[in-house]
Amino acid sequence: MDTALLFDNAIVLLPELVLAVGVMVLMIVDIGRRGENGAPLLAGLSVAILLLGIGASLLIWGRPPAEYLGGAISDGFALSVRLVILIAGVFGVLLSRNYLPDIERQGGAFYSLQLLAIIGMMLMGTATNLIVLFIALEIFSLALYILCGFYRESPRSIEAAMKYFLLGAFASTFFVYGSALLFGAGGSTHYARIHETLAAGGGNPSLVLPGIALLLVGFGFKVSLVPFHMWTPDVYQGAPTPVTAFMSVGTKAAAFAGFFRLMMTALPSFHDQWAAPLAILAVLTMTVGNLTALRQSSVKRMLAYSGIAHAGNILIALVAGTGAASSAAAFYLFTYAFMNAGAFAVVIALEKKDGGENDVEQSSLAGIAEKFPALAAAMAIFMLSLSGIPPLAGFFGKFLVFKAAVEAGWAWLVVIGVLNSAISAYYYLRIVVAMYFQPLEEEGEEKERLSVLASRSSLFVVTVAAIAVVMIGLQPGLWTGVMRGLGQ
Amino acid sequence: MLSILTFLPLLGAIIVLLAPSDSLKKGLAFGATVVTFVVSLLLLPGWQEIPDMQFVERYAWMPDLNIYYHLGVDGISLWLVLLTTLLMPIAVAFSNQHVKQNIGGYLALMLLMETAVLGVFLALDLVLFYVFWEFSLIPMAFLIGKWGSENRIYAAIKFFLYTLAGSALMLVAILALYFQAGTFNLLELQSAGLPPGIQQLAFLAFALAFAIKVPLFPFHTWLPDAHVEAPTAGSVILAGVLLKLGTYGFLRFALPLFPAAVANYSSLISVLAIVGILYGALVALAQRDLKSLVAYSSVAHMGFVVLGIFALNEQAISGAVLQMVSHGLSTGALFLMVGMLYERRHTRLMKDYGGLWASVPIFSFFFLVVVMSSAGLPGLNGFVGEFTILLGTYASSPIFAVLGAAGVILAAWYLLHAFRQVAQGALTNPANFKENLPDLNWKEIGQLVPIVLLFFAIGLAPNFFLDKINPSVAALEVVQSPAVGDEWLVDSSFQPLHDFDNNPLTTIH
Repeated sequence: MDTALLFDNAIVLLPELVLAVGVMVLMIVDIGRRGENGAPLLAGLSVAILLLGIGASLLIWGRPPAEYLGGAISDGFALSVRLVILIAGVFGVLLSRNYLPDIERQGGAFYSLQLLAIIGMMLMGTATNLIVLFIALEIFSLALYILCGFYRESPRSIEAAMKYFLLGAFASTFFVYGSALLFGAGGSTHYARIHETLAAGGGNPSLVLPGIALLLVGFGFKVSLVPFHMWTPDVYQGAPTPVTAFMSVGTKAAAFAGFFRLMMTALPSFHDQWAAPLAILAVLTMTVGNLTALRQSSVKRMLAYSGIAHAGNILIALVAGTGAASSAAAFYLFTYAFMNAGAFAVVIALEKKDGGENDVEQSSLAGIAEKFPALAAAMAIFMLSLSGIPPLAGFFGKFLVFKAAVEAGWAWLVVIGVLNSAISAYYYLRIVVAMYFQPLEEEGEEKERLSVLASRSSLFVVTVAAIAVVMIGLQPGLWTGVMRGLGQ
Repeated sequence: MLSILTFLPLLGAIIVLLAPSDSLKKGLAFGATVVTFVVSLLLLPGWQEIPDMQFVERYAWMPDLNIYYHLGVDGISLWLVLLTTLLMPIAVAFSNQHVKQNIGGYLALMLLMETAVLGVFLALDLVLFYVFWEFSLIPMAFLIGKWGSENRIYAAIKFFLYTLAGSALMLVAILALYFQAGTFNLLELQSAGLPPGIQQLAFLAFALAFAIKVPLFPFHTWLPDAHVEAPTAGSVILAGVLLKLGTYGFLRFALPLFPAAVANYSSLISVLAIVGILYGALVALAQRDLKSLVAYSSVAHMGFVVLGIFALNEQAISGAVLQMVSHGLSTGALFLMVGMLYERRHTRLMKDYGGLWASVPIFSFFFLVVVMSSAGLPGLNGFVGEFTILLGTYASSPIFAVLGAAGVILAAWYLLHAFRQVAQGALTNPANFKENLPDLNWKEIGQLVPIVLLFFAIGLAPNFFLDKINPSVAALEVVQSPAVGDEWLVDSSFQPLHDFDNNPLTTIH
C-alpha cells in the first residue's frame, strides 16, 4: 500500500490516536509502581489523556468531513458523539477514585481498559465500514466485560461480567452474521458503496432485510432495546458503579452512533422497510422500560430500566431517519451524559453511607435532603431532567427528538413517547419524594460530613453535571448548534 | 421591563437561599415580592387601550430551531399579571408569620413559582410558554409535599402527575403546529390559518391540558387533595393564580389558534362548565371542613369563567377575564382567612367554631366581606364578573345562563351557611372564647386590607378594569359582535341594582 495514502486524512482519527498513545503511556507508568502507590497518579494521567482527546476533537472540529482509508469519517455527528463519550469517560475516571481497593491495586489495568473502551466507542461513531464497525464494537465490549467484573469480592459483580460476556458474545455473532448478509447484498463492506449498489438496483436486495434483522439483534443488545434488554439491570446493578456510570452513557452513545450511521448512510433506500419495525421496537422499549422501572426498589436497577426507556426515545430519532433527527439524537446523548452520569455519581456518594454495598435502596434515601441538601438538590435536578421537565437539559433532548419525528411524519410515535415521559415522571419523582418529603429515619447520629463519605472527585462530578444540566436547559441554543448530525 | 418583572422573583429566590439568617430571608423575600409588585404597577401608566401586545420583548433563544424568547402583555394578561404580583407579597407575609420549618426553602419556592407563573402569562412563544407552564409544577409540588398537612405526599404526587400527564399531549400539538406553520410564534400562528383537521386534534390536546389545570369537571379530582393538603400560602397561590393558568390558556391559545375547533366544542365545554358549577356547589354544600368547602367552591367558580369564555362573545369573555381576577382575590382571601383560623385553633371543621362574631369581631367582619365577595354580592367584585358572564352567556345561549344562575344561588347558600356556622350562633366552645382566641393582629389586617380594597374597586368601578380588557377580547377572531345588554356598564356600575329583583342575592342581603 502506498504510504502516502496511509497518512492521508489520518488526522480524522487524531482523538483515537491520542488515546491509544495514552494507553501505552499508562501501561508503562504502571510497570514502575508498587502496590497501591501511584493510583492517584494513574487516574490523573487518564484524565489528562482524555482531556487531550477532547482537545484533539476540538482541534479537528471545524474541518469539512473527511474519510480515512474508506473506514472512518469525521463529520459533525462523529465529533459530537466523541465529545459525549469523552465526557462520560472523564466522569467515569473521576468517579472511580477511592471507590474500590481493587481499582487502587490494579489501577493500570482499570484505567487502560477504560481508555481502550473509549477508543472503541469513538471508533464506532466514525466507522463507515462494516469491518471497522465490528472491530470497534469488540474493542469496547471486551474492555467493558472485564471492567464489569472488577469488584472481585462481590458475587454480583462477577455474575454481571459473566452474564454480560456470554450474552454479549452471543449478540456479536448475530452482528457478524448480519454484516455478512449485508456484504452479500451490497457487494462491499463500505457503507457508501453498499448504498450505491443497492440504490442502483444492483446487488442482492433480498438479503438486506435478513441482514438488518440480525444486525438489529447486535445493536439492540448494546443499546438495550426490548426484547434484548434482559442483561441491563443485572449488569448495571452488579458492575462497580463508576463503570455503570461510564458504560450506561458511553455504550449507548457509541452503539447508537454506529447504528445511525449504518442505517442512514448504507441503507437509506430501505428506510420504508426498516422504519416501521424499529418504531414498534421503540414503543416496546419505552413502555416496557418505564413500566418495569416503576416496580424497582434499587436505585441502580431503576436507573437501568430508565436507561432502557431512554434508548427507546433515541430510537424514535432513528425511525425518523432525517439529518435533523441524527443531530437531535446527538444532543439527546449529550444531555444524557450529564444527567445519567450525575445520577450514578450521587449513587456512588450515597453507597458508602449504607456500609459499602454496591447499590442504594430507594428506602434509604428517605429524608436525606435534610442531611445532604446539596447532594439531594443535585439528585432532584438529575431526576427531573431525566423525566423531561423543563427548563432542564433532558427536556430539550426529548423536545428535539420529538420535533424531528413529528417533522418526519411520525406523530403517533411521538404521542406514545410523551405519554411514556409522563409515566416515567412517576418513578423519578418517587426519588425526589423520598429525599425531600419523607422524614429522615436514623436519629441521634451526628451530622455526617459528605466529604468523608464520598471522594472529592465524585462530588466534583456531581457538581459539574448538575450545573451542566441547568445551564444547557437555560441556554439550549448554545448547544444545539454544537451537536451536529450525519453529514454535517 | 417584562423580563425584569419575570425574573426579579428568581433573583430574589437566589438571594433568599444565600441569606444567612431566617429573619433576613423573610425580609428579603417580602421585599422581592413587593418590588416585583411595584414594577408590575409601572405597566399601568404607559398602558394603551389597544388590542395589540405591549411592552414586547423578543430575543433569539434557540435560533437554529426558530425558538424565541418572546414576551408581551395585552388586556387579557395585564390584570392576571397584577393579580399574581399582588397576591405574592400577601402570601409571603402570611408565610413569614406562620411557617416554621425551613423557611428559606419555602420562600425561595414561592418566588420561583412567581417567576414561572408570570412567565406563563407573558410568553408569546409556544415553547417558552410550555417551559414556564411545566416548570410551574415543580415549586408547587414541593410546597405541598414538604410543607403540607397529613396526606401531603399523596396530594403532591397526584397534583404533579395529573397536571404533567395532562400537558404531555400539548407538547405534541405544539410540534404539530410548528410542522404546519413553521413557527412557534403565537402571533404568527394566529394569522397562519391552520387546516381544520389539525385544529380539531390540536385543540383537544391543548384543551385537555387547560381543562385539568382549571379544573373543569370531570378533571377536577386532583384539586381538593392539593388544596386541602397545601400550606395556606400554597393554597392561596394555587387557587388565586395557578388555576387561572388554565382559563388563561383557553383564552390565549385555544381560542385564537383553533377557531374552527372551538366552534365545534364550545357547547360540550359549556356543558362541562355548568356541570362543574352545579356539582362543585353541591359538593361544597356537603363539606364540613372549611378548606374543602373553599376548594370545591373553586371548582364551581372556575366553571363560571369557562362558561364565559365559551359563550364566545365580547361581554362574556371580558367578564370571564375580570372574574378570573375576582376569583383570585376572593378565594385567595378565603384561604388566607381559613389559614388564620387554623393557625389559632388547628382545626378546620366548621362544627368546632360558631359564634366567633362575639369573640373575634375583626376577623368575623373581614370574613363576612370576603364571603359576600365570593358569593357575588352587588357592589363587590364577584358580582361584576359573574353578572357580566351570565349576561353574555344569555345572549349566546339562554339555557346555559339560567343553569349558571342556579349556581349563583347555590354559591350564596353554601357560603352563607359556612359563615353562619363559623361566625354566628351561640359561642359555646370555650376554645373559641375571647380569652383563648386572639383576634386579627395588625399584620393580618394588613394582608387582608389590600384585597378588600380591590373588592370594592372592582365592584364599584369595573369599567376601569374592563376598558383595558375589552380591546384585546374584541380582537379575538371567534368573538361575535357585542351582545345586547352591553350598555349597563357604561355609566355607573350601581345602575344594574335596580333591575335585580330576580337575583337571589338582593333578597338575602
